Amino acid sequence: MPEMKATRDGFGEALLELGRENKKIVVLSGDLEDSTRAEYFKKEFPERFFNLGIAEQDVLGTAVGMSMDGLIPFACSFAVFLTNRAYDILRISVCYNNRNVKLIGSHGGLTVGPDGATAQCLEDFAITRVLPNLKVICPADAVEAKKATRMMAEVRGPAYMRLSRPPFPVITKESDEFILGRANVMREGRDITVIACGLMVYEALQAAEILKKENIETKVINMHTIKPIDREIVIKSAQETGAIVTAEEHQINGGLGSAVAEVLARNFPVPVEMVAVNDTFGESGESEELLEKYHLKDIDIVDAVKRVIARKKKG
Amino acid sequence: MVSKTVDIDFLKEKARQCRREILEIIFEAGSGHPGGSLSSVEILIALYYYKMNHDPSKPDWPLRDRFIMSKGHACSAAYVTLADCGYFPKEELKTFRKLNSRLQGHIYAGVPGVELSTGSLGHGLSVANGIALGARICNVNFNIYCLLGDGEIQEGSIWEAAMTAGHHKLDNVCAILDYNKVQQNGPVPEIKNEEPVLDKWKDFGWHAVEVDGHNFNELIKALDEFDTVKGKPTFIKANTVKGKGVSFMEGQSKWHGKAPKREELEAALKELGF
Repeated sequence: MPEMKATRDGFGEALLELGRENKKIVVLSGDLEDSTRAEYFKKEFPERFFNLGIAEQDVLGTAVGMSMDGLIPFACSFAVFLTNRAYDILRISVCYNNRNVKLIGSHGGLTVGPDGATAQCLEDFAITRVLPNLKVICPADAVEAKKATRMMAEVRGPAYMRLSRPPFPVITKESDEFILGRANVMREGRDITVIACGLMVYEALQAAEILKKENIETKVINMHTIKPIDREIVIKSAQETGAIVTAEEHQINGGLGSAVAEVLARNFPVPVEMVAVNDTFGESGESEELLEKYHLKDIDIVDAVKRVIARKKKG
Repeated sequence: MVSKTVDIDFLKEKARQCRREILEIIFEAGSGHPGGSLSSVEILIALYYYKMNHDPSKPDWPLRDRFIMSKGHACSAAYVTLADCGYFPKEELKTFRKLNSRLQGHIYAGVPGVELSTGSLGHGLSVANGIALGARICNVNFNIYCLLGDGEIQEGSIWEAAMTAGHHKLDNVCAILDYNKVQQNGPVPEIKNEEPVLDKWKDFGWHAVEVDGHNFNELIKALDEFDTVKGKPTFIKANTVKGKGVSFMEGQSKWHGKAPKREELEAALKELGF
């Protein structure tokens, strides 16, 4: 059994390291630093930490101002509030002005759990990836979250990273390369490609094991950067395996699946099935129960693979 | 604090020229926002020709005072002021609102001297606060001025920012409200009454004063007072007239966002003494 760790914990550790290395790192919070793990930074660098209260628009706007003289602000809250609530500030002050602001949205997806639908962000990929200048990231595990955090601080311009609340399996290694905009192949396979992000990469790997028993060889791609999406690997995988399944903890409309389908439609159309939340809000429940009820488990990916292979054969 | 010498007549003449150019570039563009631009003229002239430390030849000078135009639709007033200061050639004013121009229809940070692109209301004050907090961390001293519209302060984000500036005692932030009392669809007090404005800002922890926003002596006094107030941000309620200087535009919501016709431009310029 792999180590279990939440992506928000990986972020919190990396942010603290960054704070030690670079005095230009500043952190703003919408009174959720205990939850986002920005509190590790807060404890060591209180003079560079600002809890601006429950005011996400103000958090983003203030971060923009702080970025204007060379500081690197990390604006942290729940994904729902940072993206949905403060969207107009994100669009104009952050993205149109192309400011060097880093947005950290924790508690993304259904796996927020018992807090229910209002806290479960299922729209962030859709609404962030349409904004010019903004990069959109969703790491597959805590190790990758650490690397992504460091990369965000290095790369100029606005970037958004979605993190998750519960611990889930660590499936990448410290030594794995992490480059923004370049996906990582987790497993090779010739029959089908599953492109996933966040904790769904683990589910995809589990699905690949199940499928192997049925002699279906599955290629699994960890698409940690949703924007800019790695077009090359999407096209190449479509050419090699002839069909694609996407898997994400997000609405079926507008997210990773849509981003993949956009690339394929313009370059190399093949059958696509999407494993995602089917245009509905979530509800209270434990993470695993929710993943099962809303069909985001390995077996759901297996079903989608079988459907898409059937379509491919019909061709 | 050594107070600068003030030539009020010089400032008044600058304001008159500024009004002329605002009307001309909006006429030339065929669209724009004359009402809220004309109301903010004296505020801008007082800042750029009296108060602010700035150097048009070095728009990125780290110690410059910052000006954030949160009511981004009044950009014509800022553009003509910046061009007059020498931030960019006056010739370029003709391109206002045209394709491929830097002079976008709402204030645009691609223009030398402009710090922040705005247009959607309610953005500027948080950004001004962020600049102030950043300056505090980096231990540098300059002032940040933020121009707000009275319609604009109906946006909730303004009050989030007002609370932040008060809480963090950002005494290098000065918010100036262009209180022209008219918004796009009518008088502010009828649409959503904001009074008592001064008390609201005082309650949020600000030093708040009221001036005639077309009177340079009063504006300058309030701006100088801002320098002396420590431990809290300053709010200046500048009582202005929408469309100030052109009788048929004054106080008229219909002149919030439309360009004058040629004969209207001529009548307006005549009134201004041109």
